[in-house]
Amino acid sequence: MTATMEPSTKVTSPRLDSKVPDTDDIANMWENHKFSMKLVNPNNKRKFTVIVVGTGLAGSSAAATLAELGYKVKAFTFHDSPRRAHSIAAQGGINAAKNYQNDGDSVHRLFYDTVKGGDYRSREANVHRLAEVSVNIIDQATAQGVPFARDYGGLLDNRSFGGAQVSRTFYARGQTGQQLLLGAYSSLNRQIESGGVEMHNRKEMLDLVVKDGETAGIVTRDLLTGEVESHSAHAVVLATGGYGNVYYLSTNAMMCNVTAAWRAHRKGAFFANPCYTQIHPTCIPASDDHQSKLTLMSESLRNDGRIWVPKEFDDARLAADIPESERDYYLERKYPSFGNLVPRDVASRNAKTVVDEGRGVGPLKNGVFLDFADAIARDGAETIKAKYGNLFDMYANITGEDPYSRPMRIYPATHYTMGGLWVDYHLMTTVPGTYAIGEANFSDHGANRLGASALMQGLADGYFVLPYTIGDYLADKLGDSPVPTDDPVFKAAEAEITDQTNKWLAVNGTKSPEHYHRELGKIVWDRIGMARDKNGLEKAGDEISSLEEEFKKNVRVMGDNTSMNTELEKVGRVADFFELAKLKARDALVREESCGGHFRVESQTEEGEALRDDENYSHSAAWEWHDESTHQTKHEEQLEFKHVKLSQRSYK
Amino acid sequence: MSENNINITLDVWRQNGPNDKGRFETYEAKEISTDSSFLEMLDVVNERLIDDEKVPITFESDCREGICGTCSLMINGQAHGPNKGQATCQLHMRTFSNGDHITIEPFRAKSFPIIKDLAVSRAAMDKIQHAGGYITVSTGSAPDANLTPVPKEASDMAFDAAACIGCGACVAACPNSAAQLFTSAKVQHLNLLPQGQSERWQRVEAMVDTMEDYFGTCTNHGECYEACPKEISLDFIAFMNRDYVKAKIKNRKLAGQN
Repeated sequence: MTATMEPSTKVTSPRLDSKVPDTDDIANMWENHKFSMKLVNPNNKRKFTVIVVGTGLAGSSAAATLAELGYKVKAFTFHDSPRRAHSIAAQGGINAAKNYQNDGDSVHRLFYDTVKGGDYRSREANVHRLAEVSVNIIDQATAQGVPFARDYGGLLDNRSFGGAQVSRTFYARGQTGQQLLLGAYSSLNRQIESGGVEMHNRKEMLDLVVKDGETAGIVTRDLLTGEVESHSAHAVVLATGGYGNVYYLSTNAMMCNVTAAWRAHRKGAFFANPCYTQIHPTCIPASDDHQSKLTLMSESLRNDGRIWVPKEFDDARLAADIPESERDYYLERKYPSFGNLVPRDVASRNAKTVVDEGRGVGPLKNGVFLDFADAIARDGAETIKAKYGNLFDMYANITGEDPYSRPMRIYPATHYTMGGLWVDYHLMTTVPGTYAIGEANFSDHGANRLGASALMQGLADGYFVLPYTIGDYLADKLGDSPVPTDDPVFKAAEAEITDQTNKWLAVNGTKSPEHYHRELGKIVWDRIGMARDKNGLEKAGDEISSLEEEFKKNVRVMGDNTSMNTELEKVGRVADFFELAKLKARDALVREESCGGHFRVESQTEEGEALRDDENYSHSAAWEWHDESTHQTKHEEQLEFKHVKLSQRSYK
Repeated sequence: MSENNINITLDVWRQNGPNDKGRFETYEAKEISTDSSFLEMLDVVNERLIDDEKVPITFESDCREGICGTCSLMINGQAHGPNKGQATCQLHMRTFSNGDHITIEPFRAKSFPIIKDLAVSRAAMDKIQHAGGYITVSTGSAPDANLTPVPKEASDMAFDAAACIGCGACVAACPNSAAQLFTSAKVQHLNLLPQGQSERWQRVEAMVDTMEDYFGTCTNHGECYEACPKEISLDFIAFMNRDYVKAKIKNRKLAGQN
């Protein structure tokens, strides 16, 4: 354990108390901290109401576990059933430091890899705890009946994932997220059936209600009737996912949005590091202007596929007609040792470079080739089919092209957002009593997330962290009733939502919410995408603001407020994406360094890699909302690295 | 017209709310790219409706990659459209030809009340899951995951059942609106695993009895399997029926008579 960073002269904002225990013994920090936190007596837990918003991996696991402990839980989802949440689409797997493969994995190694993979922009204490509880997740999921892949002896199988040097990824075919979510959902069902969880489907949270500086509850809108309702509680847990759809096109589901987190931000929860976004390199390129979302293909394809573009610009020939000498296998050329297996951000950025140069392939010249011809010649088509058959089928179905006879076309797409609501070691936001878990918070992945770590974090937060830490807050509230829903704070919030809904319906402009979302996405992708520079980011701020102005004056929301109206749902979400996009541009502008998924072209090594500036930017930026006409204020949480040595990533 | 575009005619079920009578409306969808998905085609139709100041067609979808089970639709009378093993969101317009006439209706079943246009409530499916679709294991009480080896065959077969996305196509395709395929997938996912044995008999009885409160009776048509986007096997219905009969004997109050 070595401390390598110079003591920083910079200080953390007094508004950001991370509550990280004051000890250098990181291996026992969480264990000791659990003992030092206040407990709520089992008989008293039923006196507390906790609201959980969102029912993906984090939300379902938290709601079920809190109810098992005896808390009264009210869970909310805007889906028709908790099981639809987008965690269900995660393909690859879930990491855990079980060391079942006897290849030298350990809690410390997973911790180390995650901090390094996050390009040293995460909080060590949180990451270490994540690595510790990772092993419990696998036990819990297996006991629930999650059908992880197994060896012939009946024990669990693992694979190496995302360039990790150990095999620590547990998986369930290509549907790990689905199976883990069905596991968490089954635990939730048990609590719904026994009355521990009061489940509210098809209700969208539209405001966080705060009274005298503490959490009072939420206001929701019923998506079938338009009815606005208040729900009070002692604590609110936001498990509402990431903000990747600010790009319009992403691998997120159609309904993923930032609204719940953003409304909490407007009520006092600081929003951290919105510039951190993960762009996944192996997605299927858009085919036309009507593309509604992008589809990810497992990056395991890069194990056998070779990535290339023609050397010539605007080369319209079919791949088969381009001779070997006129092809540029640019990753193999630039990174001889890692080749096609460079990390996600490096692979993505290089694809952008060659496409921007005019060497993109496909009808829209918006992709690069991922070519299996050599692998098929070497191993035979049957072997390749056995490994990747379902992915090849998926590709053929979407594009209408046969990847066995011609190379796939791929291009990067937004996949995951590392930024989110700022939380302390207890996963509490800057609003006392409001927590954020899973992708909705900013805590564990720094500037870049490792493959198979999203599922791990969502379930770690929901099963094994929040259920302990929330007690420390609630213990002091024993005997306090929640703020009644007829309190003026709730009535005011309800009135504001009704008023805003009526305003949207009355604008009566000419363009749909979808139109403005798509246009916003283009700006965000072009200016705050894979490569960012000062000039572009300054322009982004202006462009977003002027489009937002037009949106507010000219959006057309058809339908009414008394029946299901997806246009009305959408318009509010797009409005919040506009505000988030402006903050994202500012956050990216003032972080004048490159780190992980945030690449500032002004800050790169001679080799073109992301160049951090640890002296000035070894902090998390947490933004405080004031009002619509005032810029948010930036607060900094300084990051200390006592247990992981800082280094420059290199993949040559 | 570009060579990749087609013109089609749609007959779409429109219904303003649960109590509205509903009717078909016809839309000409011109210049539709064959590279677009079926739902993207509907997005385009909706954008054009909005341009004409008309209320767009309500339909549900989310992941658009065939895993969340939110999308539905009867397309020319077939749940999730003509292609086997696909959800509506995975259907692409290249499946259709220029000049085609396509009828789009909601999933129809008494237990799936229509909310609006093409959106239906599938809440009854959740009721079956609440009744027993879980293994009782509170967080923190699980033993080490490798303590209980699970034969690979059993694990793989449980997975085949667990692949169900809960979309309700099986119910919509069934002439009896039965939910046997869905329920059997959920029951057998857990009943096939060692972890699921403690509650095996209670589970199957509770889930099947709840199913029968909401859904019709299975008469072995097999339409469910034909419509299932995950191609869940009919074998699971046989397994479930076997477990159900055994459970009815085992679960009797006078357990000593077993």
